[in-house]
Amino acid sequence: MKRFATVLALSLVVAAQGTSAQTLKAVKDRGMLNCGANGTLAGFGLPDAQGKWTGLDVDFCKAVAAAVLNDPEKVKYVPLSAKDRFTALQSGEVDVLARNTTWTSSRDTSLGLNFIGVNYYDGQGFMVRKTLKVNSALELNGAAVCVQQGTTTELNLADYFGANKMQLKSVTFATANEAVKAYDAGRCDAYTTDASALYAERLRLANPNDHIILPEIISKEPLGPVVRHGDDQWFDIVKWTLFAMLDAEELNISSKNLDEALKSPNPEIKRFVGTEGNYGEQLGLGKDWAVRIIKAVGNYGESFERNVGQGSPLKIERGLNKLWTKGGIQYAPPIR
Amino acid sequence: MSGKLPSPSRPAQVVFYNDPKVRSVVYQLVLCAVVAFLVYGAVRNAADNLARAHIASGFGFWNDTAGFDISQTLIDYSARASTYGRAFWVGLLNTLLVSALGILFATILGFVIGISRLSRNWLLSKVAGGYVETIRNLPLLLQLLFWYNAVLKALPDIRESIVILGGAFLNNRGLFLPLPIFKSGFGAVEIVLLAGIAGTIAFHIWARKRQARTGQQAPVLWAALVLVVGLPLSAFGLAGIPLGFEFPQAGRFNITGGIEVLPEFVALLFGLSIYTAAFIAEVVRAGILAVSGGQTEAAYSLGLRPGPTLRLIVIPQAMRVIIPPLTSQYLNLTKNSSLAVAIGYPDLVQVFTGTVLNQTGQAVEVVAITMLVYLVISLATSLLMNIYNSRMALRER
Repeated sequence: MKRFATVLALSLVVAAQGTSAQTLKAVKDRGMLNCGANGTLAGFGLPDAQGKWTGLDVDFCKAVAAAVLNDPEKVKYVPLSAKDRFTALQSGEVDVLARNTTWTSSRDTSLGLNFIGVNYYDGQGFMVRKTLKVNSALELNGAAVCVQQGTTTELNLADYFGANKMQLKSVTFATANEAVKAYDAGRCDAYTTDASALYAERLRLANPNDHIILPEIISKEPLGPVVRHGDDQWFDIVKWTLFAMLDAEELNISSKNLDEALKSPNPEIKRFVGTEGNYGEQLGLGKDWAVRIIKAVGNYGESFERNVGQGSPLKIERGLNKLWTKGGIQYAPPIR
Repeated sequence: MSGKLPSPSRPAQVVFYNDPKVRSVVYQLVLCAVVAFLVYGAVRNAADNLARAHIASGFGFWNDTAGFDISQTLIDYSARASTYGRAFWVGLLNTLLVSALGILFATILGFVIGISRLSRNWLLSKVAGGYVETIRNLPLLLQLLFWYNAVLKALPDIRESIVILGGAFLNNRGLFLPLPIFKSGFGAVEIVLLAGIAGTIAFHIWARKRQARTGQQAPVLWAALVLVVGLPLSAFGLAGIPLGFEFPQAGRFNITGGIEVLPEFVALLFGLSIYTAAFIAEVVRAGILAVSGGQTEAAYSLGLRPGPTLRLIVIPQAMRVIIPPLTSQYLNLTKNSSLAVAIGYPDLVQVFTGTVLNQTGQAVEVVAITMLVYLVISLATSLLMNIYNSRMALRER
């Protein structure tokens, strides 16, 4: 079935003519944003029982739809596995891929993709059973490790065990669901993926309290949304959607105080909400593009806390993902 | 030369474009040109689109370092030192292994079930019928998931492994068997074994000839047992038992050493064999029913018992009907092995169109190579089966 999907996507690559440019026009004509999402990862992209999607990446899709189509609900979410995601974007099946995807040089260049920024700074970790009495990833010599295929995780895992001269028995699965299920059934000693996802997946295990997450973070995993290479206008729009969410938090503009912000005399805020200058038109959107984004999903901090932070079951600390003004490394260029 | 007249024996010349031979050649050429142009256009279009989207193309990735680990490798492979090309061969060998064993087991099981379904024993034929109707009406993917989860869930955790006599372990990480290590002197045993097999074949041929000549039967089974089992065993004893074992050892996390059989492999092999056996059973049943009842009655009237009747009269004739559909079942099994992707067995599709495709991003090349490989495997299988079929076919004299 997966293979069929790949072949189908492939034939689109073969047949499609010039899907690379004109994404904005295509999205507007369609009246719908096609967004590649995770579909199985709580906190980032997961539909609930009613089919309503939530998550940090899902919020990002809504923000783009709000900016471009003036309606955050006009998004068609396409659930993609790690190994099918790039083909789906390359072939034009989705307009933007927001699926906790790690930014690496080869993906940026040889895959024909552009990362628009980082919406979550992450790192790879390990989860093990408490009964193993393992306190460090360096003690995992000879362990069987369940991992999802087609991820940077899979490569980092082999790197880490090789660099530390440890024996590795990796068992790879096409989807995170299957990998977690096999780990839970005792097929592997450890499960590895990005630390944020470890917290989310632990909640789905039969007995979450029997498992611990080891302290080592073995890699840099800057996760960000991706668009196709070669459509600069669309690249700018998606990039500035993320920047607008970050800038809003820095300027203390949230979905709750938006009305006050619209009346603010502060020039920075006036440029943001569009009462001064024509920055939205320069992007090919309306003056109030940033207001629409904040009205739909709130600023970055609101979205973070609602989906993965203290307002969610995951309760992940913001850590590196705090704004630069608050000790983190999230930083966005100014709107002017 | 120019003054020569057309020879009177030949019919009157027609204009060349009215000649049916010339016409058909021209039509074929035009068709070939159109097909070639379409293929060229598709390839060109794909290359243009890839270039415009700045996606890397070509086969340069083949020699790049793979960087990912594979759980079952029949040849030397390491994440740090091996290339994507090596990963391809690892995946291909895993596919061939599971397909070959699957074909073997499915054939044996299929013949047993197919013949049982025709048995006069009510219970046996109903059980066989129930097997066929259940198994072939459930999707294979579902069955694979069932076997994988059944295998995983039913077996104990690694720290509570079932210890099988002789130092083998069974747990939810797989089956761990002692690895035989041949010491010097084992070569003699092998030579004796080969000689025993050759002797058995010679005895069998002699016995058949004698039976054809005199009607007397020779004790082929006993002779074979002595030659193939008895002689090598005594040679083994005389050589001082030149055989050792590397026993699997329980480590901190896993069992190391010995031979490891992955549960993913077992689940896939079970699933494929059992599923395909249901179809083969029906093929066998159809083949046997296609042999007219008169043949069986004639055999009985000559005094043959039911066993030899089936073996010597019915099956050889049924094979002519069985082989062609059997070939397509073999092809199906090989192609279905790509469902390994669902249960984490590292076959060609899982390794190559899974991880390699994703890491290199070169979907067109990787999928094209994979399709070519399956095509070659399938064509080779059907070539072998066609050769076998022509050997079994009715020879009219």
